[in-house]
Amino acid sequence: MTQWLFAGLLVTALVLLVLYLSMTAGRLDRLHRRIDLAESGLDAQLLRRSGIALELASNGLLDPATSMVLSEAAHSARISSDRSIPERDIAESELTDALSAALDPEECAYILTEQGGPETLAELSAAVQRVQLSRRFLNDAVRACTQLRKQRSVRWFHLAGRAPWPVFREINDHVSLPDL
Amino acid sequence: MVTNQSHREPAIHRIGIVCPYSWDVPGGVRSHVADLAATLRERGYFVSVLAPVDNPEFLPEYVADGGAPTSVPYNGSVARLSFGIKATRRVRNWIRQGNFDVVHIHEPLAPSLSLLACWAAQGPLVATWHSSQDRSRILNAGYYIAQTAMEKIRGSIAVSEAARTTLVEHVGGDAVLIPNGVRVSDFRDQEGVNITGSPMILFLGRIDEPRKGLSVLIEAASEIIERIPSIQFAVAGPGDPNPFIENMDSHVRKQFTFHGTVSDDEKRRLLHQAQVYVAPHTGGESFGIVLVEAMAAGTPVVASNISAFSRVLRGGECGELFENGDASDLANKICALIESSTDRDRFIHNSNIRVMDFDWNSVVNHVIAVYESVHTPGEKVTEDLRGQIVGRFAKRGVRE
Repeated sequence: MTQWLFAGLLVTALVLLVLYLSMTAGRLDRLHRRIDLAESGLDAQLLRRSGIALELASNGLLDPATSMVLSEAAHSARISSDRSIPERDIAESELTDALSAALDPEECAYILTEQGGPETLAELSAAVQRVQLSRRFLNDAVRACTQLRKQRSVRWFHLAGRAPWPVFREINDHVSLPDL
Repeated sequence: MVTNQSHREPAIHRIGIVCPYSWDVPGGVRSHVADLAATLRERGYFVSVLAPVDNPEFLPEYVADGGAPTSVPYNGSVARLSFGIKATRRVRNWIRQGNFDVVHIHEPLAPSLSLLACWAAQGPLVATWHSSQDRSRILNAGYYIAQTAMEKIRGSIAVSEAARTTLVEHVGGDAVLIPNGVRVSDFRDQEGVNITGSPMILFLGRIDEPRKGLSVLIEAASEIIERIPSIQFAVAGPGDPNPFIENMDSHVRKQFTFHGTVSDDEKRRLLHQAQVYVAPHTGGESFGIVLVEAMAAGTPVVASNISAFSRVLRGGECGELFENGDASDLANKICALIESSTDRDRFIHNSNIRVMDFDWNSVVNHVIAVYESVHTPGEKVTEDLRGQIVGRFAKRGVRE
């Protein structure tokens, strides 16, 4: 009798364990997919931002020297997309610096009076804001995921499989633009 | 900020919004949702709001009936929430039929349609955190349930720094701060008529909550009456006025009118009648939306100099600030303002410009930016049936 009771308890415990593990694996899977989507979202926003920076550098709104600095930075940000993540983040941060340097308040006030200037600045400001949001949401997903992957049950039972360890994106994305 | 519509393909068109509290009961979250939905609709988005509804008869066309709510004690008061198998079905139906590009869930951990929607939906989910709660309440919600809900939300918004702190410290997670908006035009489109003819001072807010500062105003009242004998005081807000009335001198008492809880329309009417709106709050305010409402209505504001109010009033450019808790300073400032029409006109003029910063029309741009940054082209919000025993049961009843 006690043997049956013992066996029953053991089976129940096993079932509960398996249920818990499968649910945790489900959570992990969902978080990894969320990170993938957030990463491609951030990449799209970064591309959009560098695209507008290139446009700004080529449509004659800026002086030649500033245009050169900006297009150089935007170009290297764009070609960095096949490099490692830290290298890309550095290139994007440098684009941020170039944008901030190019668009001081005086310059912005001038651009706003030019043909097509307000539209380009509005586009840029929208792109900058979306880069910030996307990166923030991505890092939030990465934080949630690493927190879960550090749990003992996840490590012992290899619930994360071969999914690469998620990385935080460290980009300086703060461009100070005037309120439009 | 101006967003250029022409350059961007309209990837997001259908937006679902979930409100956890009863649509029939006035409240902060509910009016936030109503204003957000109205503004998004003005921008041409398709919006459907899912909320608990007591009386489906007079429902605006964009509100979906989430079922009759039940009164339960929640978050320190009695809230009207919807939950259970029936509510789960309605949420699932709504998600399935809505075919939404983005679903925006308010108070995602509220044990009502919000939490159910977090569980039942997958895809581009955005959440807004309104209240600041203490840690124990969040843990009570069940760590696993809360965690799962949180993990599905792609982008979080907090309406105040306090709400953001709650999220960061207690739940673990990050949020962008997008403060509450005010529908400025709703407050402007009224004729300012002063029915009584004598100047009126207005106080809005819970009477029985000491930090709303009604006692400071009452303390200042006799000094004000001495200088302006015809002055009237209108007090509107929930709470029992008797403890205050009993302690008033008779000459002060007869100048006071207590209106009790007022509807949005009555609030607007009172704001238009008042010569001065007083906000004597002694602290604990994170934003002060009611200040912006008064400013939008064109009513000059006298407010305590707590940091939130000082920020809204630009350090005194758009309204008078008095020393927090100092009744005689308050009396002085109110009388000076009523006596000087140039000051009033200056404040009204500056306020008119200032309120546009808080108008839903500019606030909504930030919300749309959040939608766009969590949405990948072509993606839809769909039902999530994985790992949910309750969900699988409820699915069977979907074609009710």
